[in-house]
Amino acid sequence: MKFPLYLDNHATTPMDPRVLETMLPYFVEKFGNAASRNHAFGWEAEEAVEIARKQLARLIHADPKEIVFTSGATESDNLALKGVVEMYREKGDHIITCLTEHRAVLDTAKALETKRGIKVTYLPVDKTGLVSPDDVRRAITDKTILISIMLANNEIGTINPMKEIGKIAKEKGILLHCDATQGVGKIPVDVQEMGIDLMSFTAHKLYGPKGVGALYVRKKAPRVRIAPMIDGGGHERGMRSGTLPVPLIVGFGKACELCEQEMPTESVRLAKMRDHLQAGIMNSLEEVYLNGHPTQRLPHNLNISFAYVEGESLLMGVKEIALSSGSACTSATLEPSYVLRALGVGSDLAHSSIRFGLGRFNADEEIDYTIKRIIEIVTKLREMSPLYEMAKEGVDLKSVQWAVH
Amino acid sequence: MAYSEKVVDHFNNPRNMGSFKKDEEGVGTGIVGAPECGDVMKLQIKVQGDKIVDAKFKTFGCGSAIASSSLATEWMKGRTIEEAAKIKNTDIVQELNLPPVKIHCSVLAEDAIKAALNDYKKKAGESK
Ligand SMILES: Cc1ncc(COP(=O)(O)O)c(C=O)c1O
Repeated sequence: MKFPLYLDNHATTPMDPRVLETMLPYFVEKFGNAASRNHAFGWEAEEAVEIARKQLARLIHADPKEIVFTSGATESDNLALKGVVEMYREKGDHIITCLTEHRAVLDTAKALETKRGIKVTYLPVDKTGLVSPDDVRRAITDKTILISIMLANNEIGTINPMKEIGKIAKEKGILLHCDATQGVGKIPVDVQEMGIDLMSFTAHKLYGPKGVGALYVRKKAPRVRIAPMIDGGGHERGMRSGTLPVPLIVGFGKACELCEQEMPTESVRLAKMRDHLQAGIMNSLEEVYLNGHPTQRLPHNLNISFAYVEGESLLMGVKEIALSSGSACTSATLEPSYVLRALGVGSDLAHSSIRFGLGRFNADEEIDYTIKRIIEIVTKLREMSPLYEMAKEGVDLKSVQWAVH
Repeated sequence: MAYSEKVVDHFNNPRNMGSFKKDEEGVGTGIVGAPECGDVMKLQIKVQGDKIVDAKFKTFGCGSAIASSSLATEWMKGRTIEEAAKIKNTDIVQELNLPPVKIHCSVLAEDAIKAALNDYKKKAGESK
C-alpha cells in the first residue's frame, strides 16, 4: 500500500494515466488553435476537439452539438442559471432548486435573487436527501422559468429521481437544469430519458484533468437558448467564447470514454468495496449512523456519523488516509455541513460525520486497512470524549443544559 | 490546514486524559461547550490545601480543542487555585501556535479552567 491513501474521490479524482497519454501530444506537437480554419494545425486541433465532443455526448446520450465546453462545473452551473435567466427573464422571474445543491448552484441562485430580483424556491429534502417530485410540482408557478436539481449529492451521494422530475418539467414546459457533476461517469446518465435540458459536469471528477467542464444544452424539443456570460470570439456557438483548451478537452473526452467502457464492472466493484467498508465499520462500532439514502446512492459513496466523536479530530487521528468531514471546525462560520442539516441530522452528529469517496485506484487492502484504523481511532476518541462517558453513565445528552457558545 | 507540532503532540499523547469521581473530596469539575457547536470540554482538578495536586480532562472536539485542554491540565497541576485562575487563553494560543480560526478552542479551555475552579470553591464552601 502506498501512503497516504486517497479516499476523497468526491473532491477530485486522480487523473488516469491513459488520459494523460492521450493529452500529451496536444501540448507541444499538436498545439494548434481549434478555431484556426486556414491551416493543418487548426484542423488537427479541431478534429481532436470534435472527437472529444462525441465522447462526452455518448456518455450522456446527447448529440455532440449539444456540448458546450467550459472551465468546470462551477462555470457550467453559473452559465446555465444566469444564461437562462437572462434569456427568459421576460417569461418569468421564478426558479426552483433545492437546499442540498452544491454552492455553485446555491450561490448563483442567491446572486440572481439579490442582483436580478429573481425569486428562488429552495425545496427541502427528506431525511435521506431525496427531493420529492411532488414538491417540485407544487412549487411551480406561471412565473417559473427554470428548475435546477442535482443528480447526485457530493456529500451523501443520494441520487435524485431525475426521470420523474424531468417528466414534470416537460409536462409544464419548464426548463430543467441538472448538476450531474458527481454522477456522470459513475452511474448511467441519459439526458433523453431523464428529460434534462441543461446539464453540468466536469472532467476532474471522472479521472480527467482539472480546469475543463461542460454544459449540455438541449438543441431539440425544446431548443434551449442561453445568454453567454463570456463574450468574445463566438466560440461554442456563441455560448462560451475563448480559445478552447485542446489538451484538457482531449483528456476530458478520453476520460468519458474510459468511464463508459468500465462503468458496468467498475460500479459493481466499487459498490462491493463500499458495502464492505460500511459493514466493517458498522458491525464493529456502536452508535454509527449512515447519512443519506441506504440504496439510492452513488456506488462509491459512504457518509457516516460517529456519535460522541468530532469529525475533524477523527481525520487528524487517521492522517495517513485522505478523507473529508462535515464538521466545520475550521470553517469561518463554525457551522457544520448544510447538506446534513437539510436532512435533519442534528448539529452534534453533523460535526461527527465522515465522508468516504472510493475510486478507480482504490484496492481491497486499502479498505481493510481503513476499517481497522477507523475502529481504532473512534474507540480512542470515545475514551477521550466526555459525551461518551456521560452517555455510558446513562445521562440523556439531549436533556443537558449546554452553554451554547 | 496543517497543525502545529505541539498540537499534534498533545493530540497523539494526551496528558492527564481521564476522570475523577465528581463527588470525591477536593475535586472540582468544569464542563463547558455544547455538542451542537462541535466541542465540549470537561476539566477536573483535585485540590489539597490550596494546591492543585492533580488534573484530568476529557474533550469532544477538534485536535486544537483536545490539545488546549490537555495543555490546561498540565499547567494547572502544581499551581495554587489563585495561580491557576490566572491562566489566559492567549497563553494557550501562544504555546500551541493556534491559528485565528482555532482561538475559540483556547477560550473554551480558559472557561473550563474557571468552571472547574468555581465548582471546587462552591463545594469547599458548602462543606465548611
Ligand atoms: C455537485 C458539484 N457541483 C459542482 C462542483 C464544482 O465543480 P468544478 O470544480 O469543476 O467547478 C462540484 C465539485 O466540487 C460538485 O461536487
